[in-house]
Amino acid sequence: MSKNYFESPKPRLVIVGNGMVGHRFIEAAAERGLFSKFEAVVLSEEKRLAYDRVNLSKWFDGKTDADLSLVTEGQYEALGLEVVRGDAAELLDRNARTLTLASGRVLPYDELILATGSYPFVPPIPGKDRPGCFVYRTIDDLEAIKAAAASATGAAVIGGGLLGLEAAKALLSLELDTHVIEFASRLMPLQVDEVGAAVLRSRIEELGVHVHVNTTTREILTDETGAVNGLLLADGSRISVEMVVFSAGIRPRDKLARESGLNLGGRGGIAIDGACRTSDARIFAIGECAEYDGRTYGLVAPGYRMAEVAAATLAGETMAFDGFDMSTKLKLLGVDVGSFGDAFGVTPGARVISIFDGASSQYKKLVVSADKQTLLGGVLVGDASAYSQLLVHTQTGMKLPEHPEDLILPPREGGAKGFGVDALPDAAMICSCNNVDKGAICGAIREQKLTALGQVKTCTKAGTSCGSCVSLVDQLLKLELKRSGVVVTNHLCEHFPFSRQELAHLVRVQTIRSFDDLIERHGKGEGCEVCKPAVASILASTWNDYVLKSEHAGLQDTNDRYLGNIQRDGTYSVVPRLAGGEVTPDQLITLGAVAKKYGLYTKITGGQRVDMFGARLDQLPHIWRELVAAGFESGHAYGKALRTVKSCVGSTWCRYGVQDSVGAAIRIENRYKGLRAPHKLKGAVSGCARECAEAQSKDFGVIATEKGYNLYVCGNGGMKPQHAALFASDIDEETLVRYLDRFLMFYVRTADRLQRTASWLNNLEGGLEYLKSVVIEDKLGICTELEEDMNRIVGTYQCEWKTTIENPEKVRAFRAFLNSDEPDPSLSFVREREQHRPASWPEKRSLVEARKIRLPVLSA
Amino acid sequence: MTNMQTATVPAATLSEDADWQDVCAIDDVLPGTGAAALLDGQQIAVIRTRDGRLAALSNFDPFSNAFVIARGIVGDRGGVPKIASPIYKQSFSLETGECLDDASVRLTVFPVRTAAGRIQVSLRAKVAE
Ligand code: SRM
Ligand SMILES: Cc1cc2nc3c(=O)[nH]c(=O)nc-3n(C[C@H](O)[C@H](O)[C@H](O)COP(=O)(O)OP(=O)(O)OC[C@H]3O[C@@H](n4cnc5c(N)ncnc54)[C@H](O)[C@@H]3O)c2cc1C
Ligand code: SF4
Ligand code: FES
Repeated sequence: MSKNYFESPKPRLVIVGNGMVGHRFIEAAAERGLFSKFEAVVLSEEKRLAYDRVNLSKWFDGKTDADLSLVTEGQYEALGLEVVRGDAAELLDRNARTLTLASGRVLPYDELILATGSYPFVPPIPGKDRPGCFVYRTIDDLEAIKAAAASATGAAVIGGGLLGLEAAKALLSLELDTHVIEFASRLMPLQVDEVGAAVLRSRIEELGVHVHVNTTTREILTDETGAVNGLLLADGSRISVEMVVFSAGIRPRDKLARESGLNLGGRGGIAIDGACRTSDARIFAIGECAEYDGRTYGLVAPGYRMAEVAAATLAGETMAFDGFDMSTKLKLLGVDVGSFGDAFGVTPGARVISIFDGASSQYKKLVVSADKQTLLGGVLVGDASAYSQLLVHTQTGMKLPEHPEDLILPPREGGAKGFGVDALPDAAMICSCNNVDKGAICGAIREQKLTALGQVKTCTKAGTSCGSCVSLVDQLLKLELKRSGVVVTNHLCEHFPFSRQELAHLVRVQTIRSFDDLIERHGKGEGCEVCKPAVASILASTWNDYVLKSEHAGLQDTNDRYLGNIQRDGTYSVVPRLAGGEVTPDQLITLGAVAKKYGLYTKITGGQRVDMFGARLDQLPHIWRELVAAGFESGHAYGKALRTVKSCVGSTWCRYGVQDSVGAAIRIENRYKGLRAPHKLKGAVSGCARECAEAQSKDFGVIATEKGYNLYVCGNGGMKPQHAALFASDIDEETLVRYLDRFLMFYVRTADRLQRTASWLNNLEGGLEYLKSVVIEDKLGICTELEEDMNRIVGTYQCEWKTTIENPEKVRAFRAFLNSDEPDPSLSFVREREQHRPASWPEKRSLVEARKIRLPVLSA
Repeated sequence: MTNMQTATVPAATLSEDADWQDVCAIDDVLPGTGAAALLDGQQIAVIRTRDGRLAALSNFDPFSNAFVIARGIVGDRGGVPKIASPIYKQSFSLETGECLDDASVRLTVFPVRTAAGRIQVSLRAKVAE
């Protein structure tokens, strides 16, 4: 239908551009009944009416035009709007108050809305217009990219900003070997700082994207037909790709305004005031094409705000646009990135608190005011779940907790002695890997009525990464359930309706010697990674069988199954026992020789011994054959068992020492070596009150006195440090050992699975006094039994590695493959600081491919 | 359908298009354990439950990017036979390869059978759920 505007009684409103903001303006105007006051026309250069550009990339995940469209069928017509598609305004004559369209049609206006958005900036690189070059802004662009991808193998994105990374993701999903070229020194230079960008980069490289920063593209190379076949980078290197996608930033589409003499901002963009009016009162500009107070906005939210303001102004309301917070949270290639407030700490006096967790590639940074009272901004990479919480802090200027770092750090000691989880503040971070605090966990448990640890993990993600927080999460669950009056079962898992303690009892009194027998009589199903290792530990600490006996092998966690600690790349570490940390020059030479021969990475551990990393499964028996031959034994670094008894040098050398702490440590370590327990056990002996062996941070700590020894128990370092409690004073070594026998056996019998002595004591009814009454006064009359049990364990000790290498059938189990003697071909290492480390995934990927190993098909 | 075969399924009942590759003797894989096999450069985790059923999955753990699945602990969750990755402990169904802790992740599963006391796996026919 064509109308004759010159006879129209109503004033004429023309809206140029029907993108996200143009559309929002129409909705805002409709709400205010403006279309009954105006004769309105909307111009859309694209053949499609407004669609969700923010989610443009979803088009590659199968979202259709219809899914993305923001305009419902007939919505505009119903408003009496005339819709002009696929035609663009070319010329603006402000005196005549007309627009001339590409089609030649002339449109008069009384009020004009410019919502022309931006265009992708394409740097003037030779070859930029060749077939194979694309931008990433419209559905048409995506259609073209998809078509070209069919016949391409590689593609490069020029620009490593927000949009560039989105484009990279799309190309990756089109199964193209994808490169990202960023001329700044890091990815997302506008949102993220150096460290954050480094973390982001490593995450993205893990997905197989090749990232090139600090470099520009000198030329786009083409083949004889003129089609793109590569890039020449500034450093002279070449990348072969058939496609190039430009994402080097956007520029406001201000051509109409510029040519008609409207004021523009310094860096382009149509200058507007708080009412979104341009320098011509009849003309408004909104969205990405507009410039307010010296800046343009490349995000939709501020654009929407401008749309509201313009509509309100036209309707005679007063509403103002006064800048906009550019905080963003996005998932880029599956990596959470959050950037809010003063992310770069430019505020005078601002202080920065940051944590960088290489293991889970996460980076969290807080920018706080000089007085540490308020949060100014921050950056989150790898996990941004705290984003909203922190943004609230920033925007409300809410007073920060006494230790702002608590918002991103694992919880500090609850202060309260014998601290239990209920002592923790809600803001305390429980799972630092996944950034879940106590509040979130307890909230989820209450609101979603969770009753099982598994559920809590799935709902909150807590405990799903490194696992070290799981016991805390479990305690929180138990706590909440108790509160809500639910009867808390401490059943081991779905396969056994008993606690670890009850099972230990059953095993002992019914002389049950195998998992099969136990689950047959007291459980159901196949078992799982919870009950199997727990039962293995119970059996071991009761009968002390060889852990790799056929009926036990399958119960063992991989560390116990292969008698080494598995590392991130699937190799193992080798830790021979060095009782008390004492080591002879010859032993050191042997260790050095073995490590050298098998190319193992070596370091001194925090437990006063030497750890050799990077041993392949098939190498383990060979390595241990040499170590055992030289007189070494397993250090049980892999087992929930006695680890180390650290010592300080003591009276033999130290001028202050009052007892031979090294001798005592060695005797104690050798007595309890190999003892399997609910969790690992650590001890230490210090030669005097100066406590150089840190005995008070151990499960059992001994401090020499003039008269003998003081025994401390149930200390813990690690996740939740807790000082050991004084248990007995000035006792002789014989009494010391007697108490230790009883104490350790009592713990082994009664603790929950993966419960260190510290939390065992914290949860023990009656606490320390009760423990003393059992171990010292024999309140339960079980002390002889406990001592006998311990003597049996000590008497039946065997070095698991010695037994293993003497048994060819067991050694066979260390082959990498059932059907070949080949070592695992996927393992690869990279030299670093004169030793080597496991290759990162991208490094490995190339090596793996070079060796023609088929990477697994993963249907996601 | 499931890819789990009880140790007694006669070869005849298995899909024809599969070309079977010999892996090892049944007893080379202890009940309730897994072990890796290398077939055409591809790493396969061969798993045997305590009740004697067999499964073959990709040995690649997408959470750690390491080839370790076979070294996990075999068990079941709510009756679904599964193996837990030894590194970060996510569980994968032995029947569908689906990660029981993150539905967006799935390991490829391969048909497996026993013939004449030997375990055989087919790379060609993937198992459809
Ligand atoms: C190698 C070593 C770090 C080092 O290079 O120094 C180390 C390495 C590991 N520690 Fe540790 N811990 C090492 C000393 C410590 C210490 C210091 C000490 O023992 O004096 C602590 C704090 C003291 C304590 O345990 O109370 C410590 C607290 C932990 C924790 C937290 C325990 C807790 O109760 O919160 C874990 C996680 C766990 O065990 O659940 C852990 C777990 C681990 C694991 C086993 C994580 C894993 O499953 O892969 C690491 C692999 C060991 C390996 O050989 O592959 N490691 N770890 C140290 C080996 C000591 C040794 O000779 O056996
Ligand atoms: C891939 C991608 C991902 C994004 N992700 C996010 C995100 O996660 N979060 C976020 O906040 N923002 C994001 N954005 C930015 C967001 O899409 C824009 O801020 C928003 O679309 C701006 O709306 P606009 O209406 O101002 O411009 P546009 O949506 O570009 O609309 C302008 C329209 O006007 C038309 N036009 C221009 N000139 C004329 C003319 N002379 N005559 C007629 N018509 C004309 C154009 O063809 C276009 O259709 C993303 C953008 C892209 C491309
Ligand atoms: S060695 Fe200990 S502290 Fe270091 S990364 Fe491993 S578990 Fe954490
Ligand atoms: S702290 Fe690592 S999983 Fe929770």
